[in-house]
Amino acid sequence: MRAPPRKPFSRPRRARRIAWAGLAALALSAGVPARADAPAGSVVHVGSKSFTESVILGEIATQVVRAAGAEAEHRSGFGGTRLVWNALLRGDIDLYPEYTGTLIQEILAAVPDMTKHDGDWLTRTLAERGVGLIGPLGFNNSYAVGVKRGLATRLGLERLSDLRGHPELRFGFSNEFMSRHDGWPALRDRYGLPQLDVKGIDHDLGYRAIARGAIDAMDLYATDPEVKRDDLVALEDDRRVFPRYDAIFLYRLDLAQRSPAAVDALRRLTGRIDAQAMAAMNARAKLDRVPETKVAADFLHSALGLNGPPPATVGIARSILRRAIEHLQLVALSLLAAIAVAVPLGVLAARSPRVGQIVLGVVGVTQTIPSLALLVFMIPLLGIGALPAMVALFLYSLLPIVRNTHAGLTNIAPSLRESAEALGLPPSAILRRIDLPLASPLILAGIKSAAVINVGTATLGALIGAGGFGQPIFTGIRLDDVGLILQGAVPASLLALLVQGLFDIIERRVVPRGLRLREKA
Amino acid sequence: MPAAIIQLISAGKRYGVAQALSPTTLDVEAGATTVLIGPSGCGKTTLLRLMLGLIAPDGGEIRFRQTALTRDNVRGMRRHMGYVVQDGGLFPHLTAAENVGLMARHLGWPREKVEHRLTELRDLVRLPAAALDRFPAEMSGGQKQRVGLMRALMLDPELLFLDEPLGALDPLVRAELQDDLAAIFQKLAKSVVLVTHDLAEAALFGKTIVLLQDGRIVQQGAIADLIHRPADPFVTRFVNAQRHFDAVALGERA
Repeated sequence: MRAPPRKPFSRPRRARRIAWAGLAALALSAGVPARADAPAGSVVHVGSKSFTESVILGEIATQVVRAAGAEAEHRSGFGGTRLVWNALLRGDIDLYPEYTGTLIQEILAAVPDMTKHDGDWLTRTLAERGVGLIGPLGFNNSYAVGVKRGLATRLGLERLSDLRGHPELRFGFSNEFMSRHDGWPALRDRYGLPQLDVKGIDHDLGYRAIARGAIDAMDLYATDPEVKRDDLVALEDDRRVFPRYDAIFLYRLDLAQRSPAAVDALRRLTGRIDAQAMAAMNARAKLDRVPETKVAADFLHSALGLNGPPPATVGIARSILRRAIEHLQLVALSLLAAIAVAVPLGVLAARSPRVGQIVLGVVGVTQTIPSLALLVFMIPLLGIGALPAMVALFLYSLLPIVRNTHAGLTNIAPSLRESAEALGLPPSAILRRIDLPLASPLILAGIKSAAVINVGTATLGALIGAGGFGQPIFTGIRLDDVGLILQGAVPASLLALLVQGLFDIIERRVVPRGLRLREKA
Repeated sequence: MPAAIIQLISAGKRYGVAQALSPTTLDVEAGATTVLIGPSGCGKTTLLRLMLGLIAPDGGEIRFRQTALTRDNVRGMRRHMGYVVQDGGLFPHLTAAENVGLMARHLGWPREKVEHRLTELRDLVRLPAAALDRFPAEMSGGQKQRVGLMRALMLDPELLFLDEPLGALDPLVRAELQDDLAAIFQKLAKSVVLVTHDLAEAALFGKTIVLLQDGRIVQQGAIADLIHRPADPFVTRFVNAQRHFDAVALGERA
């Protein structure tokens, strides 16, 4: 289980969650190592989002906390702003890197008087939620518009207002930038830009397009490493259209009591990371494929003279094994629970058509919820980690099993049911001796497809801190590292095949021979 | 009038607007074979299902050995009845022996008792020993019917129901099994209710023949009564239609 106790069980819900986790752990084989962590309350959990810059900042915070004498654990790669923010509010993590623009516009958007805020407004609003702010760290990762250096020199482009004189320029903006009200619409209106050739394009593809000369200008983030690599120039926002995206750390105010040294150490990072340093770190991680842990350590060493312990290097084989255990736990527990619930539900559905309609309807609707959304729904209820992922996988596995159990039972020939009735067998014996064996091929097929889907869907669990093969896959996608993606994808596919093979064997054992004869006939 | 093993007293069944069986009164004689006959949809299968307690009558009642069938006692009563479904109704996931012994095992019979009874019945229905370990998918149609009969007889019921037991068999197998069945009924001297649409078969098995039409009993009696003292023009039509095809069989046995 990846939800070790780390705080006094102050809230009953947390205690219950741990109890559940304990129960789940019991159900597992004894081979799974128990977590023997440091005493509850002493570990600082750092979160980060699933893009390189956030991971590097998270890694920096982790190492700074460790250097201050506290234990720290980095849970990287949260799938979105909402996820990581909610995890912070719940106490699943204690701090994470954020940007002021995102904080104000995305997270606090619901606050009615956000336009009228004064200097203290942000601190006050956050404090109401038990959250504090450290920073700014020293760089503003705002939107910018970039052009190639050669073009800028030739046309004399320095500021955004210089674009007005060149209506022939072709723009390619990321889809998000095209639609955000503080993106292209604001830019066009404020500067009165005449350009008509404006296309929406994927951000990463935009860099390739501008390098090949397919477009002349694109939106960029100030610290994108490609800016330097592709020799682009960011034009000055002389009319101040773009809001500030100052990098900060958000932390739980109770961390200051639990680990004052950690908070003090983090505060010392204020103003220490400028845009150039950040862009250089992004470039090392993203373009040179240096692990974030090392990038962060090198920065702390050169900028702050901090010498943390050398980052532990984990061998590929060990890391795959660890992911495999995490992944198998997710799949096995959720599938077992689903079988235990879905088969009786299917029996119930087959007994009464009205109940059947309701059960199949509800289970079917669950299946239509996109898997990522289902995972996100679990967070307010169960926090992050393996448990919510298992619950989501459990819900996903229900439909194929319930539907096949129902179909298997309702497809039994009426003459067979009548024979069983006429023998004088009681209903429970008919179910056990006749109905379930006859339906077993279909029930097993349902379990098999649930298991195979489960193996694939479990990779998404990495987005809410459940680990598994999704971890290297998503890290690999973020770093554009095919090798890393394969480290997750290949074992995950092999596992799916293995599960399929396993069920073929189980089928031979469970499905009565008489039924397999009929299938051949 | 000899004692009745099972009686219908004004028992009828309606499915939606279709009256499958009009309220009917009928005594089934103990220790003899009664044949229910009639064209498709005449209500003979409904009558059988009512007697087995598989469906409940809309009104009236069914008495088995003088006791009215109710929801609560019907399951226990069925252990004194054996039922052979049209296609044998064997469970495909069980071998012949498992099919036959299913109910006995459920009731907790000791293994030797089950084995003993299996051998006894196998001899009775003339099933080769090897066939006991086969699954239904591995058996011929005739063998399946013999196993179905064994299963119905396993608990030594007082009353045996057979629904078109020979319906789905090819003529040669059918003739052979027909003779065997007649011999078995004679030997067991049980009360038997057999459903068929074949008059020759009815003549072969039935002491009493019950002819149904449109959910009503048209005539009840010996085959000679049906032929020589028809109660209704329909009886003559039914007899003549079948006689035409089965003249030889009827001529020999009537």
